[in-house]
Amino acid sequence: MKPCPEEIVQYMHDYLDGEITRRDEQILKEHLEKCPACQEHMDQLSRSVAFLKSASHIEAPEGFSNRVMASLPKERQSAGVRRWFGRHPMLAAAAMFMLLAGLALFSNFNTSDQQLAVSTQPNLVVEGNKVTVPEGETVKGDLVVRNGELHIEGEVEGDVTVINGSKYMASTAVVTGRIEEIDRAFEWLWYTIKSGVKEGLSVFEGPDAGDEEE
Amino acid sequence: MEDIVKKRIKQVLKGDQSAFEEIVSLYQNRLYQVCYRMLGNRHEAEDIAQEAFIRAYINLHTFDQKRKFSTWLYRIATNLCIDRIRKKKPDTFLDAPVPGTDGLDHYSSLAHDSPLPEEEVEKMEQQERVQYEISRLPDKYRSAIVLRYIEELPLQEISDILELPLGTVKTRIHRGREALRKQMKKL
Ligand SMILES: [Zn+2]
Repeated sequence: MKPCPEEIVQYMHDYLDGEITRRDEQILKEHLEKCPACQEHMDQLSRSVAFLKSASHIEAPEGFSNRVMASLPKERQSAGVRRWFGRHPMLAAAAMFMLLAGLALFSNFNTSDQQLAVSTQPNLVVEGNKVTVPEGETVKGDLVVRNGELHIEGEVEGDVTVINGSKYMASTAVVTGRIEEIDRAFEWLWYTIKSGVKEGLSVFEGPDAGDEEE
Repeated sequence: MEDIVKKRIKQVLKGDQSAFEEIVSLYQNRLYQVCYRMLGNRHEAEDIAQEAFIRAYINLHTFDQKRKFSTWLYRIATNLCIDRIRKKKPDTFLDAPVPGTDGLDHYSSLAHDSPLPEEEVEKMEQQERVQYEISRLPDKYRSAIVLRYIEELPLQEISDILELPLGTVKTRIHRGREALRKQMKKL
C-alpha cells in the first residue's frame, strides 16, 4: 500500500480550522474515502474537538467582583498625580520647575513662619542639629524637622514630620497629630507637593542652610 | 460593549475606582473560566483571575485604548496562568522539542505529573474527564486550545492575546488537537 500523502494531516487541521481551500478539501475528501487509516485519524480529531466543546460553561463564584473591588489598592492622591506625571512628562517637568522656583522664591519671605522649628518656636531648644521639645512645654502647630534629631519630651499640638533625621519620644511626649518620618528623596518630593509651600522647603532655609555647604 | 468598557476605563483613569466594578462584572466569567480550564482548580482559578483584574486596574494607564480591551485582559490572565503552571512544575519547563518527534511525544510524556490508570479515567464523569484531558495538554498548547475551544475565540484574536504569530498559534492548536487525539484514542 502506498504511504499517504504528507499533506493529508495538514488538510485535516486546515479543515478543522475552517481555513481549507476548495481544492484541498476535494483532495482530502477523496483520500478519506479510500483510506481507512486517515478516516480514523480524522474521526479521532473530530471527536477530540467535539469533546472539548462539550465542556460546560464555568462561571465566576458568587461575590467574585466584590472581592476584586475590595482588594484594589486604595486610590491615593499621589497615585493620580504620579499617573498624570507618567502621561505628561513635559508638563510634569515644567510643573516641577515652577514648584521649585516658587519654593525658592517663597522661602525669602517666609522665615517668620511658626513652623520653622529652629528659629521661631520660642519653646523649642536647639543645640547643634538636635531639636528638643522640652518637658512641660507645648508647641502649638505642626512641627517639621529636617536633617536633625528631634527629641520630644513635651507636647506638640499638631503633626510631627521628620525628614532625613531621627526622632526620640520620651515617656512624657504627647503628639496630638500624625507622626511621619520621611527618608527618601522621592518621598520628600511628594511630601512637598502634597503639603504645598506652607510647610515645605522654606521651613528649613536659615541656620541649617549654611551647615549643608560645609 | 467595548464602547461601554472604554467609557468606564476613562472614568477609572480619572480616579473613579467604582467604575471598575462594571468592567469586572462584564469579564469575570470569561476570565475565571480561562483560569479554571488552564489550572484545573477552582481555588487557584479565583486567585489568578482576581490577580489579573487587580493588575489590569493598576496598569490600566498602559492599556492602548485603540485596542480591544478583552484581548489585553485575556493576555494578563493567560500570562499569570502560565507563570503559575511553570512554578508548580519546574521540571516540565523544557522548551526544545526532541528532533524527529515534532515535540509531541516529548511533551506528552511530561505533561501530566502522573497519568491516572485507565480504569480510573473510565470511571470519570464526562465533565471531570474534559478537565482531566485539558490538564494533560502541554501548557504551550493548552492556552491556545482553551482560548480556541472553550472561549471560542478566532485565531487572530488568540494570536493577539498570546503575542504569537498567527502561524505559531495554528501550529499549537494543530499539535494540541493531535495531543488530545492521542490521549483519547480509546474514547
Ligand atoms: Zn491515508
